[in-house]
Amino acid sequence: MATTETMTLNMGPQHPSTHGVLRLVLELDGEVVVKVTPHIGYLHRGIEKLSEYRTYHQILPLTDRLDYLAPMSNNLGYILAVEKLMDVEVPERAETIRIIMAELTRIESHLVWIACHALDIGAMTVFIYAFRERETVMEIYELISGARMTSNFFRVGGLSQDVPDEFVKKVSDFIDVMPGYLDQYEGLLTTNPIWLKRTVGNGVISAEDAIDIGLTGPALRGSGVDWDLRRDNPYCGYEKYQFKVPTGDKCDTFDRYKVRLVEMREACKIVRQGLDKLKPGPVLADSPQVCYPPKESVYNSIEGLIHHFKIASEGFAAPEGEVYQGVEAPKGELGFYIVSDGGNKPERLRIRPPSFVNLQAIEQMSVGSMIADLVAVIGTLDIVLGEIDR
Amino acid sequence: MGVDNPLGDNVITTSLDLLVNWSRKSSIWPMTFGLACCAIEMMATGASHNDLDRFGIIFRASPRQSDCIIIAGTVTKKMLPVIKTVYEQMPEPKWVIAMGACACSGGIFDTYSVVQGIDEALPVDVYIPGCPPRPEALLFGLMKLQDKIMTERNSFGSAIGLGERYIPETV
Repeated sequence: MATTETMTLNMGPQHPSTHGVLRLVLELDGEVVVKVTPHIGYLHRGIEKLSEYRTYHQILPLTDRLDYLAPMSNNLGYILAVEKLMDVEVPERAETIRIIMAELTRIESHLVWIACHALDIGAMTVFIYAFRERETVMEIYELISGARMTSNFFRVGGLSQDVPDEFVKKVSDFIDVMPGYLDQYEGLLTTNPIWLKRTVGNGVISAEDAIDIGLTGPALRGSGVDWDLRRDNPYCGYEKYQFKVPTGDKCDTFDRYKVRLVEMREACKIVRQGLDKLKPGPVLADSPQVCYPPKESVYNSIEGLIHHFKIASEGFAAPEGEVYQGVEAPKGELGFYIVSDGGNKPERLRIRPPSFVNLQAIEQMSVGSMIADLVAVIGTLDIVLGEIDR
Repeated sequence: MGVDNPLGDNVITTSLDLLVNWSRKSSIWPMTFGLACCAIEMMATGASHNDLDRFGIIFRASPRQSDCIIIAGTVTKKMLPVIKTVYEQMPEPKWVIAMGACACSGGIFDTYSVVQGIDEALPVDVYIPGCPPRPEALLFGLMKLQDKIMTERNSFGSAIGLGERYIPETV
């Protein structure tokens, strides 16, 4: 009498399709997945602990490196939390530029997602195309902040500096051509029989399960739950923008793919509205106890220099209290929870990363499917280990 | 040359070491081993805009097929044993590139969990600064590695079991 037993297989942390250093321990019955256990911590850098030893301004560069595919969204979440704590009013121009950059970041993050997701499933061409467009967003990043990825552009109370003149034209050109490129990706994938075979019916998770686990972002909307923080709990002036929130109904990988593609198109529309709203004006709030002084006064007056020195060396003291701010990052709800004891450093900074919570769904999505489909599930969850391990 | 050229210009006389070095430097196969942010720039370097393929650089997923490991990102204490294992699985000759501030020195993450530079464990050939380095910087680092490979001596002899490969101290 033949007996069968399950096999334990290690996947990662060195594996081309685990999106970094995720390690999965799989239990397999033949080729069918019986159990998935994610092991994390291979990129634990202690960002939350480091934040307790940095002033509020100095924490900002650390947030760039959380979800390194969407640095500006992380900056935005953190900055909004500090501004809520300090009760700072942000000028309108700064808010508009923040939204433009946050939406460009969404496009950029989704571009890397579609590139890697398609590459994992076996479609190499999309990778080459998507990285071509990503390069344009990186050029815009470089134009305004000087860095390609770790931008560190926002400041408490506004922006580090105003954007250069060619910014508007460059962004406008990009969002003019982007929908055409999206059509190109859709032409390559949406009706492609191989793509459909790999994604339709794969990684199904019901709306109730998705809510129970705490999924957010496209992973939640793909299951038909109409929830988007930009619309349902607006921040940074999103209430002034018109956009659709796409949802799926089949709850599978293909629906999440469609949701993300529509999100990119909607992001282009939000950026266009932002460009129309963009008016000249200050980009930094007028609250000297929190904000850096303008560069002209630092270079030309002793008072400005002292002011800059004070903000840079000892920062500012925040009032005692607790504050939570969530933003709709490309991967879901990114939350920053700051506990202040009245000093110039947070007593505790807790980050609620979307990928960490979304990763929990991997078991429900992949048990019972083939091991090759697990790769598609990892791709559709769009995880980034930088923010899972922090 | 002092040697008659009976075949005209159809023959190049060279040393076997140079031939071996040239072929090694023209087909560096790095491993796809992304650790953190730098991995995205490594992917961007390999993608359409910068195109590593024109250098003969093709990413391989298995350490047993690759001869170069690009440490692209933060190395944590939990990850270090894995990197060592992967490095030991690579066949000789092999080279190590430390890409980015974290791999060079730990970068801004001077914490309890981060290894302060991969050179604590592996012999690094090229250090590329930046956080993350631009694709151009990675390209320049790879070209520096090519220069370094060209200076190696006894590459052919060591490959057939005669003595050791000799790597000059400085480039």
